[in-house]
Amino acid sequence: MRLLVRRVLDAVVLFWIVLTLTFVLLRAAPGDPAALLIAPTASAADAARERAELGLDRPLVVQYAHWAAGVLGGDLGESFAERRPVTALLARALPISLGLGAASLALTFIIGIAVGMAQAARRGTRTDTALTVLTTSVYAAPSYWLALALVAVFTYGAARWAFPGWLRLPAFGVRDPAGSAAGGGALADVTRHAILPVLTLAAIGAAGIARYTRSIVADLLGMEFVRTARAKGASRRAVYARHVLANALPPLVVLFALALPGVLAGSVFVETVFAWPGMGRLMVDAIRARDYPVVMGATAVYAALVIAANLAGDLLLPVLDPRRRS
Amino acid sequence: MIPALPSAWRTRIALGILVALVIGAAVVPALAPTDPRAIGDVIGLRLLPPLTIDGAGHFHLLGTDRFGRDLFARMMLAARVSLLVGALGSLLAGAVGIGVGAVAAWVGGAIDRAAMALGDALLAIPRLVLLLVCAALWRPGATMVVAVLMATGWMGVARLVRADVLGVRGQPYVEAARALGAPSARLLWRHVLPNALGSAVVAITLGVGSAILLESGLSFLGLGIQPPQPSWGNMIADGRDAIVVAPWVALAPGLALVVTVLACTLLGDALRDRLAGEPLTETMRGRA
Repeated sequence: MRLLVRRVLDAVVLFWIVLTLTFVLLRAAPGDPAALLIAPTASAADAARERAELGLDRPLVVQYAHWAAGVLGGDLGESFAERRPVTALLARALPISLGLGAASLALTFIIGIAVGMAQAARRGTRTDTALTVLTTSVYAAPSYWLALALVAVFTYGAARWAFPGWLRLPAFGVRDPAGSAAGGGALADVTRHAILPVLTLAAIGAAGIARYTRSIVADLLGMEFVRTARAKGASRRAVYARHVLANALPPLVVLFALALPGVLAGSVFVETVFAWPGMGRLMVDAIRARDYPVVMGATAVYAALVIAANLAGDLLLPVLDPRRRS
Repeated sequence: MIPALPSAWRTRIALGILVALVIGAAVVPALAPTDPRAIGDVIGLRLLPPLTIDGAGHFHLLGTDRFGRDLFARMMLAARVSLLVGALGSLLAGAVGIGVGAVAAWVGGAIDRAAMALGDALLAIPRLVLLLVCAALWRPGATMVVAVLMATGWMGVARLVRADVLGVRGQPYVEAARALGAPSARLLWRHVLPNALGSAVVAITLGVGSAILLESGLSFLGLGIQPPQPSWGNMIADGRDAIVVAPWVALAPGLALVVTVLACTLLGDALRDRLAGEPLTETMRGRA
């Protein structure tokens, strides 16, 4: 229990350091956000008024105190560019990215663990080598390139090779702009639009997980307790289920937490390519417009997710692995 | 990683690919019949498919882009920037990481705690987000990308070196050198560090691949290397608008990217087998 409290406190402190770091980084950088918001013909007085309105003319310490007080009260400020609360923008974008991330992460682990275990069981065969070449290559591919390759297949390729109707997947957007379907129809529409983005993220993630699973399971298969289990007559399936998977699971759960930032980072590119209005797009647009409050808010959400995931991994490990309980 | 091949062969293949790329990057743009940056007969040459011979008798291995420029020559010109930025970014980040990790472990106390807290805080932000924030704040260009890669890539190496220095510090040969009166800085530099770099070398080699991926990602978003200087990332971004009519423009530079990152991964994995035994998880961070 004391350990739990300590870990949570550590995480909160770490989160605050991250936020402060981002604040300092953004304010230390050159470039004036007010200059981007006013007309190019505006006078110096107009620029000064704009800066005063945004609070950028006050001393850095005052800005920090004001911002910190706001954050503690759940107020992340107002977007410079859109003049709307940052929390409202985040609340609109976050579900899209989380949905994309959750679906991809689930597929990532299902496919990755299955491929990795299959490889470990056939260690050294041609199938194993072919799958290793495949996973290593996919893992080396940038997500936006893989995404564009899928777009090419389902636009250029669909036209050229006359894909049947059910295989003509939409390559851009979250929903069909012409469709006004509600309820079940809308859900089916979003699902169809999600296939290519989720596939892109899951392919890269699964390649990484398969590489990792293969090496863990290959090590486990050489262990004496596996040989003992086989020797006493346990079936192949029972050995895999009860002895190998049970021992491979704890490191994989920790990896699940560690994979989250990768999926989030990948979603920046995937959202850009597939025109999904999620966190990644919000972040990139805000950076281009020097919209500091939105950049800070998005970074805070990313950091919070990473820290929470690490914490969950730390706390779950003793639950799954009795050897880590002390 | 390829199980059927012994590590010496994997090293040879990876080095072969990288050497071929470096030679290609040096030679191909210089030998190209037209400047790969210059725009010529746009109407006659634009978006030619791969393996085409144009009216002037020039052969286009990978076709041409929307301005009629030869994609293969541009890809090799881009290789100069991408390889240099990736290698330099990872090496400099590694150097900072080795410095921070070694000093933190050697000095200990408050400096150690402060360095590790800063590292943890930076590790808690996905590296891409950190890169985006930094990249957007300063003027884009190759120097900025290298600086940002350095600033966001040292934490992993610092942790590895710190752990190794702590392990080596108590070895009898370090005690012996100390007993002989070697000053502290010399002890660290001559006796401890050379024996604590194995995993750092592996991490830096694998880091080249992810640095190249991150550079290309920034350039793809328009926040890295700026046109007319081609980099693999901005070439892919350039081909994006033509993806439905001429997909090869966006896809060809990506192949070079995949092959390069693959070679770096092979080399890093082979080195890992020889030098260190740390887990794969560190390389899961910082994907583009």
